[in-house]
Amino acid sequence: MADKNTKAISPEMFTFVNLNERLTDVKFDDKPIGYFKDAWIRFRKNKSSVVAAVIIALIFLFSLTAPLFTKNEATFMDTYYAKKGPYIYGLDVDGFMDGGVNRDFSEVGLISKIAIGIGAEDWDDHDATLEEGMASDYQPMLEISEGYTVIDAAKKEKTYYHGKIDAYAEVGFLYKSIEQSELQKMRDWEEETGLHLLYPLVEDNQYNIDPSDANNWYKTKKYQPLYTNEKGKLKNLEYTEGMVLEDNYKRDADGNVIYYEYTGGGTLETAAYKVRVLYANYYIYKNGFSPVYLFGTDSQGYDLMLRLAGGLRLSLLLAVSVSVINFMIGAMYGAIEGFYGGLPDLLMERVSDILQGVPFIIVATLFQIHLAAKLGAIPCLVFAYVLNGWIGIAYRVRTQFYRFKRQEFVLAAKTLGARDSRLIWKHIFPNSLGTIVTSTALIIPGVIFNESMLSYLGIVKLGSATTTSLGTLLADASAIWTNYPHLMILPALFISLLEISFNLFGNGLRDAFNPSLRNVED
Amino acid sequence: MLKYVIKRLVLMFFTFLIIVAMTFILVRILPREMPVDKVQAASIAARWEALGYNKPVLEQFWIYIRNIVTQWDFGTSWYIAPRKSAVEVLTSRFLPTLMVNFYSMIISVPIGIAFGVYAAIRKNKWDDNLISTLVMVFISVPSYVYAFLVQYFLYFKLGILPLTMYSLADAGGSYFTWKMFTSMIPAIIALSFGSIAGYTRFVRAELTESLTSEYMLLARTKGLTRAQATARHALKNAMVPVLPSILSEFIGLLSGSMIIEQIFSIPGVGQLYIRSLNLFDYDVFMMDCVFYTFVGLLAGIVLDLSYGFIDPRIRMGEK
Repeated sequence: MADKNTKAISPEMFTFVNLNERLTDVKFDDKPIGYFKDAWIRFRKNKSSVVAAVIIALIFLFSLTAPLFTKNEATFMDTYYAKKGPYIYGLDVDGFMDGGVNRDFSEVGLISKIAIGIGAEDWDDHDATLEEGMASDYQPMLEISEGYTVIDAAKKEKTYYHGKIDAYAEVGFLYKSIEQSELQKMRDWEEETGLHLLYPLVEDNQYNIDPSDANNWYKTKKYQPLYTNEKGKLKNLEYTEGMVLEDNYKRDADGNVIYYEYTGGGTLETAAYKVRVLYANYYIYKNGFSPVYLFGTDSQGYDLMLRLAGGLRLSLLLAVSVSVINFMIGAMYGAIEGFYGGLPDLLMERVSDILQGVPFIIVATLFQIHLAAKLGAIPCLVFAYVLNGWIGIAYRVRTQFYRFKRQEFVLAAKTLGARDSRLIWKHIFPNSLGTIVTSTALIIPGVIFNESMLSYLGIVKLGSATTTSLGTLLADASAIWTNYPHLMILPALFISLLEISFNLFGNGLRDAFNPSLRNVED
Repeated sequence: MLKYVIKRLVLMFFTFLIIVAMTFILVRILPREMPVDKVQAASIAARWEALGYNKPVLEQFWIYIRNIVTQWDFGTSWYIAPRKSAVEVLTSRFLPTLMVNFYSMIISVPIGIAFGVYAAIRKNKWDDNLISTLVMVFISVPSYVYAFLVQYFLYFKLGILPLTMYSLADAGGSYFTWKMFTSMIPAIIALSFGSIAGYTRFVRAELTESLTSEYMLLARTKGLTRAQATARHALKNAMVPVLPSILSEFIGLLSGSMIIEQIFSIPGVGQLYIRSLNLFDYDVFMMDCVFYTFVGLLAGIVLDLSYGFIDPRIRMGEK
């Protein structure tokens, strides 16, 4: 059978490569690439998923580290500074996070706001001018445009001004009732810091129509500011360049202004004094830091950044714990179904069919009504998610088990005497891990959305002094957000970002684990 | 096929019965609120006693089922619409829910399919990438965010549409007036964003798959142009899974979107759920739960069965 051609090659033409050394396989220089490493390489190539992962990481970091960016406590609230806009202290960029709100002012309204700034400079009754007042740090008016005339319902011409007001400075002055010892402390504090806390009290007379309003320190008649003309008569004041407000301070017999007044209480300890304070500085005196909220405050006066961070923490915690629990239940249930098949499979399928038919919203509602008082709202929410959330995963695991259980490597292991549990967890399960991890990751956006929906609708009540959720923040804002848009924009922005990122991240995982499924959506 | 349909329906019936039983027991054992008004409270208590609300729960369930079978009586509303039957309360809410969702569907199905087809034809070009990115964003952003955006721009900024839906009295006593329609537009728009994105994604995925299949190659070899082959072969096959999902979504329309109904104060089924819960009107709440369960199960079955009807090659229930 030998070929003709081979005869032409004589044995001498062959030489031995090696006779002395033992040849072995050369070790690979590269590390072996396993299933997960392969997936990781593919995932890395998918830029949008990597960006999504980074955003998720950043949001997670923010939710944990937000308390470091502010001096406020999460449970601290100040009702006077409720609903204020975002504010960065010391950042003088026009119109960006300066706590400013655009509004239209009547002439009287405008003067009353400007007066806060003038009054803040007039701490020693030196008759502060408009210029001083406008330059004051405590001046609420940031911008005032030219006035325009409007004819009102009574057919009177009225001048209105469009302006921007610093919602923080707008709080202005407040009356406080303090003890005598506190008064001395305040004086010492003023010395120490150079900030002004105590301001002259205002006389309760016909020029002061609302004695509880500490901002009304100048002479008014039914809120209309007044001035004395050359003939010594009081006339209505108009908003002009040289406008001078006449103070209406309480004075003693010598004509000096009074800073505090005894209001009641017998002994030295119980004696109460009424003082008029500039609230911004009183806040610093009380808390040791300025009233500055990076993200503004919510409807009750909590720091919105801390509330948001709390809500994000809750959402992420909920999402992760729900997906981990669903993962475990689904994996076990699906593994048993798929591995044993037959009657157990049929029965278990019926059970999951029934559970799947229960609408989530009804489960969540009933769990809340029945168990929230005993177990707390959050565990109930987790139960509701878990009740039928694992079915999707169980279904996928079952399919994977059907695919793999008849394959040769499983048969080989079985022949070698492996027990069922070993076959399930060591041989088959790892093959289906990629699919399951992906579907677990894709549970997360749904959990976050449903939580926000349930707490928005008020079915789940998560709002309290210590906890809040993104949906609760939105529900709080829902009635007032048109006036205070930041209350709506910030939570909505964070939820949207989270949803987009988790969806992209999940899709990236799916493409990485199952390249054949790329672009197939289900 | 018929055997399979019957099997599915029987199974659905039992599933439905079990879920209703569980829900019924959980709702009935809730502590009931009595009105503050003593006369009213006494009359309600007397009626409840007569209707057997104080009997053991399982006996109550038997009464409940018996009343449904014999009189189509799902209970009575005590607070939302006193002494009206729960069925009546629910059915009076169908129309607004159905209309808003139906309008939204009429808009989003064609637009979604058009975008999906376009993206699939231009696969991996810049316009496909743009559409796919936007789809990702629009699918992820929650529906209530659209609702707020729509309210903000169309009502506060432009002032062309009302903030919430008009009540029947404001719009001339009918849901079919032009005024009523304009007041529904914000809700329709808010609902449509997500649906359009969903349909686009679905159609694109299915069509890209069928565009690369072998019968397309055959069609081209026969001499059909690309447009002909796409329209006659690829699109037809891509629609096989899309149509059933549209159909089942159509059934799902009935249950509406709770959050959208709440934001735009649409007097629909979803709002009824929240209101009956807040007012402790448990018979109506139970009715709503039964309805939601039924719609959910029905939509699932229609989805499965319609595959077989739309494409006879798919034999349902065969291994």
